[in-house]
Amino acid sequence: MSYLIKAATLSDGAVVDILIADGKIARVAPDIQESNSQIIEASGLRALSGLVDLHTHLREPGREDSETIASGSLAAVRGGYTALSAMANTSPVADTAGVVEQVFRLGQAAGLCDVFPIGAVTQGLLGEQLAEIGAMATSSAKVRIFSDDGKCVSNALVMRRALEYVKSFNGIIAQHAQEPTLTVDAQMNEGEISSQLGLKGWPAIAEEAIIARDILLAEHVGSRLHICHLTTAGGVELVRWAKSRGINVTAEVTPHHLLLTDESVLGYDAVFKVNPPLRTEADVHALRAGLADGTIDIVATDHAPHPSEDKDCEWQAAAFGMLGLETALSVLVSTMVETQMLDWAHLERVMSHNPARIAGYESHGHPISEGKTANLILVDPSAKRVIDRNKMASKSRNTPYDGLTLPAVVTHTFFNGALVHEVDRGAAK
Amino acid sequence: MNHLLSVNDLSKEAAISLLTTARELGVVSEGGHKKLPTLRGRSVVNLFFEDSTRTRISFESAAKRLSADVINFSAKGSSVSKGESLKDTAQTLQAMGADAVVIRHGASGAAQRLADSGWISASVINAGDGTHEHPTQALLDAFTIAEKLEISNFEFTGLRVGIVGDILHSRVARSNVLLLQKLGAQVTLIAPPTLIPVGVHSWGVDVNFDFDSAVGNLDVVMMLRIQSERMNELFFPSAREYSRSYGLDKLRLDRMTARSIVMHPGPMNRGLEISADSADSQKSVVLSQVKNGVLVRMAVLYQLLSGASSL
Repeated sequence: MSYLIKAATLSDGAVVDILIADGKIARVAPDIQESNSQIIEASGLRALSGLVDLHTHLREPGREDSETIASGSLAAVRGGYTALSAMANTSPVADTAGVVEQVFRLGQAAGLCDVFPIGAVTQGLLGEQLAEIGAMATSSAKVRIFSDDGKCVSNALVMRRALEYVKSFNGIIAQHAQEPTLTVDAQMNEGEISSQLGLKGWPAIAEEAIIARDILLAEHVGSRLHICHLTTAGGVELVRWAKSRGINVTAEVTPHHLLLTDESVLGYDAVFKVNPPLRTEADVHALRAGLADGTIDIVATDHAPHPSEDKDCEWQAAAFGMLGLETALSVLVSTMVETQMLDWAHLERVMSHNPARIAGYESHGHPISEGKTANLILVDPSAKRVIDRNKMASKSRNTPYDGLTLPAVVTHTFFNGALVHEVDRGAAK
Repeated sequence: MNHLLSVNDLSKEAAISLLTTARELGVVSEGGHKKLPTLRGRSVVNLFFEDSTRTRISFESAAKRLSADVINFSAKGSSVSKGESLKDTAQTLQAMGADAVVIRHGASGAAQRLADSGWISASVINAGDGTHEHPTQALLDAFTIAEKLEISNFEFTGLRVGIVGDILHSRVARSNVLLLQKLGAQVTLIAPPTLIPVGVHSWGVDVNFDFDSAVGNLDVVMMLRIQSERMNELFFPSAREYSRSYGLDKLRLDRMTARSIVMHPGPMNRGLEISADSADSQKSVVLSQVKNGVLVRMAVLYQLLSGASSL
């Protein structure tokens, strides 16, 4: 099947036709004439490289009631993602070649997007013994990113060894920065709101202390460090400083930390419970500025599905995490593009090109040009939609944006040249 | 007013109205009418996820003196410990037709969750949620202050109240700060810095780490209980050091002004935050707090369930 996309607007503003054939982008030119292809009228739509997520929780194996690799893949392509990175905190933990190969194969079987497993840094995410990182790297899943996400690799020696060990195959350690001794039973950002609500605080310093330590460790051993879900103004400053010293560190921010603050917690609705927690207005502004000036390299969803019983309860008993795949692009358009902090080209870099480059996903994250694998999306930037938690592709319902009107709809997603997602544009308006 | 979840649910006028109702109920009961027929046929559930015999019997007594039917539901082992979930418990009570639910829960926000979630249509009264609030305690404390210091209109402007101890984990402190400020009092929190919340600057109170410098300038000294589980969490070096610096001993008691009073929400740790001398002194109004607790809770139940704002 070949497709001819007519009059799409590229991220640089050029209006072109795009011919997709045999899984590749066959031609990019104004006014292509080709009679054997399905025509997609894309006037007014943006064509972007398929989005790449470096931080996704898919819950399979172990908690298939909240998400499977197949349901997560469907959520991904609806949100414009053609590549996911499945975090290691499944049950069993993805700390062996067997588990990462299973996740990789299930992703291929679902066939909607690439699902690249992330390997655990330590056995069982316990932070004590290194997992078999080499075996995961040389497995058929070819793991390059290792993370104990959900838990911090808090022991400095373990972190040092992990950073050193992955150098042999140009791997990267993605750190969930949370000093555990400062966050025992922590429930939300420590500040004015936590003092009023009587919820135990998760102080910014607990994130920043680990970021500072790990930047110095990465410099010392000359390895690659990736900071997961940056949330604090101080963390942005530390990463900016590290980059100015030439240290090989990259950082991500989630859509929810660009939009929401700890004031959302005021009603104790556990849909706003997330780790790391929602921070203050000042932090949100610092994160936006950091993303705009390149300090923060990428947007990652930290898509974290949970069944309703784990959210429909008192705050303290609820699970941490929010859905993100199906709303990420809309939140970014709302917080960064409509505020003119990012243009479309920069948005495409932070949501597609940069994450693909960091992870080494070679068939993803290229500018739309002839000869590249056809992983691309079409977006209607003028469409608005009301987010409805009951209409998610995810098996879970824990979106914090239920009822919110957000801009931009992903109308088409192409994965390896196949049209894996299409919306009725009449209905989307 | 459908629920009483936080002192913030009350305007100053609504708070004074509750306190006035409580005083009228006290007059009626001293006039020999210990039991009123007002809530006959209504059912009040005491839903206690935490043990608190004092608070439970205070609410039970209040409801019975208004002729309501009382069901005590002890639900230890909440969903925090993976027992029955709050939602299932709430729906059970709804099916039984409860008119009011008095909830005590270890999780901050549990009362609001119960009220807001649509699981139940009963009025919800927060009898202490985690480290968040305990609004009826603040009401009974304000009532007791007004009684002892003879402030009949509940206007506390100029009144100096010190709250001493574990502010960080105290629902009593949070509710009292809100209500005392509403009524015009000037509140000083007195504690080691480790037991003062990080966000306290937004509370509009004074903070003093030195009990000795404050004790002679207060009209009300409100002592908080130190929970035994705080002992090993590095908040202070030892119980003895805490007691020396922040306990209300005889020396500090003697430095209090002539008309000032000593309060404690109970149960007291004698010899830790309060010495036996202080607890049993003329200044101590602890037993009045207990007695007034019943009147204030009667007023809350009365206003919530009868819809009337006065007798």
